[in-house]
Amino acid sequence: MERRKFISKTAGTSAFIGLGGLSFSSCQSTAKKHITILHTNDVHSHIDPFPAHHSNFPNLGGLARRATLVSQIRKENPNTLLFDAGDIFQGTPYFNFYGGELEFKLMSMLKYDAATLGNHDFDNGLEGLYAQLPYAKFDFLSANYDFSNTLIDGHVKPYKTYLRDGVKVGVFGLGIQLNGLVSKNLYKETEYLNPIEIAQDISRTLKVVEKCDIIVCLSHMGYQYQNLQKPDDLKLAAQTEHIDLIIGGHTHTFLDKPTIVKNKNDRQVLVNQVGCFGINLGRIDFYLDEQKNIRTEGISITV
Amino acid sequence: MILKNQHFVIFVTTLLFASCKHSVPKVDTIEGKIIKIDSSYTSEGTIEAFVSPYRERINQVLDSTLAYAPKTISKTDGKYNSTAGNLMADIVLEQVNPIFKSRTGKNIDFVLLNHGGIRTNISKGNITTRTAYAVMPFENSIFIAELNGTSVEALVSYLIKSTKPHPIAGIQIIVDKNKNLKTVNIQGKPFDKDNVYFVATSDYLITGGDNMTFFKDHLSLTNADYLVRNTLIDYFSKKDTITSVVDDRFIQEN
Repeated sequence: MERRKFISKTAGTSAFIGLGGLSFSSCQSTAKKHITILHTNDVHSHIDPFPAHHSNFPNLGGLARRATLVSQIRKENPNTLLFDAGDIFQGTPYFNFYGGELEFKLMSMLKYDAATLGNHDFDNGLEGLYAQLPYAKFDFLSANYDFSNTLIDGHVKPYKTYLRDGVKVGVFGLGIQLNGLVSKNLYKETEYLNPIEIAQDISRTLKVVEKCDIIVCLSHMGYQYQNLQKPDDLKLAAQTEHIDLIIGGHTHTFLDKPTIVKNKNDRQVLVNQVGCFGINLGRIDFYLDEQKNIRTEGISITV
Repeated sequence: MILKNQHFVIFVTTLLFASCKHSVPKVDTIEGKIIKIDSSYTSEGTIEAFVSPYRERINQVLDSTLAYAPKTISKTDGKYNSTAGNLMADIVLEQVNPIFKSRTGKNIDFVLLNHGGIRTNISKGNITTRTAYAVMPFENSIFIAELNGTSVEALVSYLIKSTKPHPIAGIQIIVDKNKNLKTVNIQGKPFDKDNVYFVATSDYLITGGDNMTFFKDHLSLTNADYLVRNTLIDYFSKKDTITSVVDDRFIQEN
C-alpha cells in the first residue's frame, strides 16, 4: 500500500515537472507576436504608374513599385498578409486586351493571399472570370454571393483562416448588390444575400468555432451611404461584434487614415480603404501580447 | 491518498492548461496607416520585365493608324451641336442600325448620347485605336429604347433646357430666339405624339445617367451587345478620312 502510494505520488510529481517544463516553453514561445496586414482595393487594372503630367495622380501608383514596397515590408515582418477588396478588373487596355490575365498573374507574383469580388470583376461575365481563375494563386472570398448555380461554384469560399506565427487570422468577403449595377447576363444566377446578416453569422463562426485571434472582412460594399437601408462598411462595423478590421472598396474613398468605429459591444473596429488605382497601400499592424484579463477597451489603436 | 494524488494531477494539469490558455497572446496594440506609392519606390525588375511584352503588344495595337482627321473634331465647337458629338451619334446610327434591324425588323429612329460621355477631342492627324479609347474609355454599350410620344417630348424638353450640346442623330430640333420649340423632325418627318420611336443610347443613360429620366418609361429595351468604343473603332477602320461639321440638326432661329 505504501509502495503504491509512493509510485502514484512520484508519477504525479513527475507529471507536474514534465507538464510544467513543457507548458513553460510552449507558453513562452507564444508571447509577443506581430502580424502585418497589407491591402489594396479598386486597382482597376492600373499596372503602370500614372504619367507625370496627370491632373489627379501625377507619377503615382504602379504595380512594380508596389511590389518593391511589399517585399520591403515582408523583409521587415515575414508574418505579413496581403489582401485586395475587389474591382481588380476594368480601367485600362490591359483588361480590354487580356481580360484580367495579367492582373491575376501579377497579384500572384506579389503573393496576394486573398481577394473579394467587386462588381467590375463581373464585367466579362462569369465566363470571363472563370477563364482567368487558373492565373490566380490566391483565394477568392465572398460570403454573401451564392454561386451554387453558376459556373464558378466551388471556386469562391465564404472565408478562410491563415495561420502566421501561431496567430490565426480569419478572413471573409462581402460584395455589393449586383442588381442595378451589373447586367444580369453577366452575373447570371449569382445570388446576393444580406451582407450584414451573413457577416454576423460568419464572424461568430470565425470567433467561436474557428477560434481566430484576428478577424478581417474584405468588403466591396462601399465606405458610407446616406441611405440607411444601403449597407456600407461603417454600418457593418457598428452592427457586428467580432470583426477587428474591415478592408473596404467600391466607393474609391481616399481616407487620410483608417477610421475607428465602435461595434455592437462598444469595442473598436478599424475600417480602412485606400482610394483606387493602386495609388496607396494600406498597412495595419497587429501586435499581440500576453494578457491575463482581456479588456477589449484596453486595445491601443494608433492611426 | 490515491484519490488525492489523482486530484493533484488533474488540478495541476488544469492549472497548467488554464495558465497556458491565458498566455495565448491577444491583440494589444494596432497601428494603421496608408502609404502613398510614389516615385521614391523603385520598380521591381522582375515585375517590369514580366509586364513589358504585354505593354508592347497593347501599344502596337493602340498606336496602329486606322484613319486620318484633316481637322480637329471638337466637343465644344458649337452651341447646340458639335463636330465630335455629331460624329459619334452618326457613327452609332450607322453601325448599330443594321444589327437592330436584323434582330427586330425595325429601324432606329434616332440616337441620343451624352456630351459628358465624349471624354476628349479628336486631334487633327492620325486616328488610332488609342484615340477611340481616349474618346470613350468606359465599357458602355448601346441599347435601343422604344419610347412613346410623351417620353420623346420629355427628351426634347430636356435637350432644350440643357446647357450642353448632347450628341444626337436622326432627329432635328429647331427653337426660336426665346428657346421655344418650333419644329421637331424625326427621320425627316414631323414628330407625331401618337407614334412610338426607337432611340439608340448608352446603358449609362438608360439607367438614369445625366438625369435622363425619360428613358425609364421605355416600352421595350434591346441590347445591341455593341460597345460605344467598338462602334468608333469599327467605323474608323472602314473609313480613310474622318470629318464632321456643325450642322442644322439642332439650331436656334432668330
